Amino acid sequence: MLQAAQIATTTESEESAFAQELLTFTLGAEEYAIDILKVQEIRGYDAVTTIANAPSFIKGVINLRGTIVPIVDLRIKFKVGVVEYTPFTVVIILNIRGRVVGMVVDAVSDVIALKPEQIRPAPDFASSVDTAYIMGLGALGERMLIVVDIERLMLSSEMALVDEVAQ
Amino acid sequence: MAIDMSQFYQVFFEEAAEHLASMEALLLAIDPASPDPEEVNALFRAAHSIKGSSGTFGFQDMMEVTHILETMLDRVRKGEAALTDDMVDASLVAGDILKNLLAAHRGEEDADRAAAEAICHRLDALCRALEDGGPGQPGETVNAPVTGPVLRSLDLRFRLACEPPDNSAVFEHLLAELKQFGDVDSVSAPAPGGRECHLRMHTGACVEDLRSILDFVVDADSLRIEPDADGEGDAYGFFEELTPLDDSATESAYGFFAPLPEQTPASDPQAQAYGFFNELEVADLLNRQQAVEPYGFFAELPPPEPVSSGESSQDEAAYGLFDFSPSLAGAETLPPALEPAEVVAAQSPAPSVTLAPAVMSRKPVARSTAAGETGSIRVSVEKVDQMINLVGELVITQAMLTQAASTVDPVIFERLINGLAQLERNTRDLQESVMSIRMMPISVVFSRFPRVVRDLSQKLGKQVELKTIGETTEMDKSLVERITDPLTHLVRNSLDHGLETPEKRRAAGKSETGTITLSAYHQSGNIVIEVGDDGAGLNRARILSKARERGMAVSDAMTDQEVWQLIMEPGFSTADQVTEVSGRGVGMDVVKKNISAMGGRIELDSMSGVGTRITVRLPLTLAILDGMSVGVGPETYIIPLGYVMESMQPERSMLKSVSGVERLIQVRGEYLPVICLHEVFRIQGAITDWSKGIMMVLEADGQSAALFIDQLVGQHQVVIKSLEANYRRVPGITGATIMGDGRVALILDVPMLVNMARRVVPAAA
Repeated sequence: MLQAAQIATTTESEESAFAQELLTFTLGAEEYAIDILKVQEIRGYDAVTTIANAPSFIKGVINLRGTIVPIVDLRIKFKVGVVEYTPFTVVIILNIRGRVVGMVVDAVSDVIALKPEQIRPAPDFASSVDTAYIMGLGALGERMLIVVDIERLMLSSEMALVDEVAQ
Repeated sequence: MAIDMSQFYQVFFEEAAEHLASMEALLLAIDPASPDPEEVNALFRAAHSIKGSSGTFGFQDMMEVTHILETMLDRVRKGEAALTDDMVDASLVAGDILKNLLAAHRGEEDADRAAAEAICHRLDALCRALEDGGPGQPGETVNAPVTGPVLRSLDLRFRLACEPPDNSAVFEHLLAELKQFGDVDSVSAPAPGGRECHLRMHTGACVEDLRSILDFVVDADSLRIEPDADGEGDAYGFFEELTPLDDSATESAYGFFAPLPEQTPASDPQAQAYGFFNELEVADLLNRQQAVEPYGFFAELPPPEPVSSGESSQDEAAYGLFDFSPSLAGAETLPPALEPAEVVAAQSPAPSVTLAPAVMSRKPVARSTAAGETGSIRVSVEKVDQMINLVGELVITQAMLTQAASTVDPVIFERLINGLAQLERNTRDLQESVMSIRMMPISVVFSRFPRVVRDLSQKLGKQVELKTIGETTEMDKSLVERITDPLTHLVRNSLDHGLETPEKRRAAGKSETGTITLSAYHQSGNIVIEVGDDGAGLNRARILSKARERGMAVSDAMTDQEVWQLIMEPGFSTADQVTEVSGRGVGMDVVKKNISAMGGRIELDSMSGVGTRITVRLPLTLAILDGMSVGVGPETYIIPLGYVMESMQPERSMLKSVSGVERLIQVRGEYLPVICLHEVFRIQGAITDWSKGIMMVLEADGQSAALFIDQLVGQHQVVIKSLEANYRRVPGITGATIMGDGRVALILDVPMLVNMARRVVPAAA
């Protein structure tokens, strides 16, 4: 289990009432950001039980205090970073409309607040991430954050996490 | 004292439903020719309780129906009228109406006022019919249609308004007045120095008339006029008022109890006070030397007065929110022993402990103390499920601890290891007891069938005897709820299609009364429910011809079993005419679907002229499963034990190839298709050599197949967890569970795997 200490508290000074708090994490060299309200907890990577005939990015399921939680490896899904599992591999447990899903990322960086004007619309470009799931690009000094609509992504048929009917 | 009555409604609903259920059971059991006085009494009490509490809560419609019902039953009870079939029928219908009204008050159904009215008239007519025969007296209270001045017995209790010295003259005068209205049977004049009076009258005057006379001379609050019920002073309603010991206590009764004289009968001087609120003058407290809570939830302890039985017999039952419970009766004996010092101690803890729970849940107090009865509490299913989950977690944690401790030196850590062993035992016991909470006897389902059979047999003009066997067999509550409808359907089917009419039965040389047998028992991790009849049996030829008519692919070479399965096809009906009961061809397929959804199976056996038996096999519970854990490569899977026939290490010679692929195994002369789990699930690192692995023979839906796996790991009881809650359906997997080491293991969907084998084999061949 990874400590919350890893996530530095709000770094930006210009906190405003309109700012959206985002959790940032890295996949390879890229920095992504998701709505922090969707995050339930952050923990280390544990042994998973693989599910037969599931897509490769679905690592399997784990027991999270009695509930069965599927684990998705975003590195495989987005084809970024090196896929290896070390004691430092991080799993972000998301709670999306009551469904609990874990996603493996390289590292969790920090929590930042971004004002709407700091988020620019993403241009259409070819990437492994469908731009439909990218809410925008956050500019934070030199850093570029890819702000992902995690709810939409996780519930998409592409992720194969939910039954077609359930969508 | 503004109290929100609605908080008690739930209790009333539950209680009334219970009374109605017991009433129905009694009515069905009763033999009108020679009714058991006990049963009649019980019936009367049930009606009486419903009337009492519905009156208290202001559900007039229910009260009106029960009132007439009660009147009728009362007469039967007193032996003034004989119980007739018609009365039983009417009472059953009244029960249904009351259920409807109850549901309407709960907001679940629309009240059928017309039906309520109709049954009131029907019961009333029955009452009147009785009147012609016996000494008449129905319809006594305000709410009932009073049918003219009729003589009846009244029980009058009051306290004279004036002080002792001159009240005896007043009393004499009053008696003379009352005698104008009817016979005054028994008199208990005020004791010297007292003011309490108790009269019993036989009168045709209405209660209001009597009241107006008495009003002048008695304490209005103390006046009670009741229809006399054999002196059995039933106290129902919420609040029994305490009659003060000495005259100085001016009883102040307000709030709930005062305005209900009609529904709050028989408050004897010695009646126990067990309502919510008993008011007493504070000054009076000291005189009495007893623990009294001036307000709040605590009943006052009864006055230290010797309890004389007299009019109110000890078995007097109190109905209403709280069943009269012996614990309270027991409390009666306490006060005389209470010394002032003890009073302080007793003041809050003792009464509150006994009575406060009664406020929350009536049951524990009412039942646990009732002699010979087992206690029960109402708990929401969510709470129980939560507990089951938590205990499941505890078991896993315990297993993890045990595993962690298995590496330490047992000599040095002896105490730790002993402690863990104890923990293991305790958690297992805890798990078992928690699991058993959800279990219910199947009698809960069976108990509804006497009624179904009775109504239906009358409608169809058949004579039927219903036998139930194994009612104590326990099954999970969720299954109990879900099996009710399919089972009802099966019973109706048996009655309608299975059993013949008396004439036909006679012609066939059978007894005119047909028998439907419902039985339940446990068999190898399943609960088996059978619905059998001794009717004509299924007609093979007719089913086949119907099937042909419907264009189904059938042949005369089909086995009986296959033919019987046809009737479970959607839309299939062999009934010649569509009746109200069945024949529309919707049913058996739905039954089959429902039972499959519960993880169960349905089988049919039939013999022409002898009868039909439908067997339903269900898992014991939906939440727990007896499973065999098997290893395939690095993975562990759970196979529900119910499907496992046998396991063996195959020899090369047992495997037969078809078109060059070894896909069949010969087991005891039978050729079974082989399913390789590692192929189906694409598992790396599994054993592929036939002779090194294990063949497990599985049977599902009447089909067998052999599953090839690496090894058997063990047999466990596993808690089924949903995979779909956070993920989605996975073909071949029904769910997941958490193993002792905290890892997740998937549970195999055996019927699907077996089906898969049947599809794969022809392709390979």
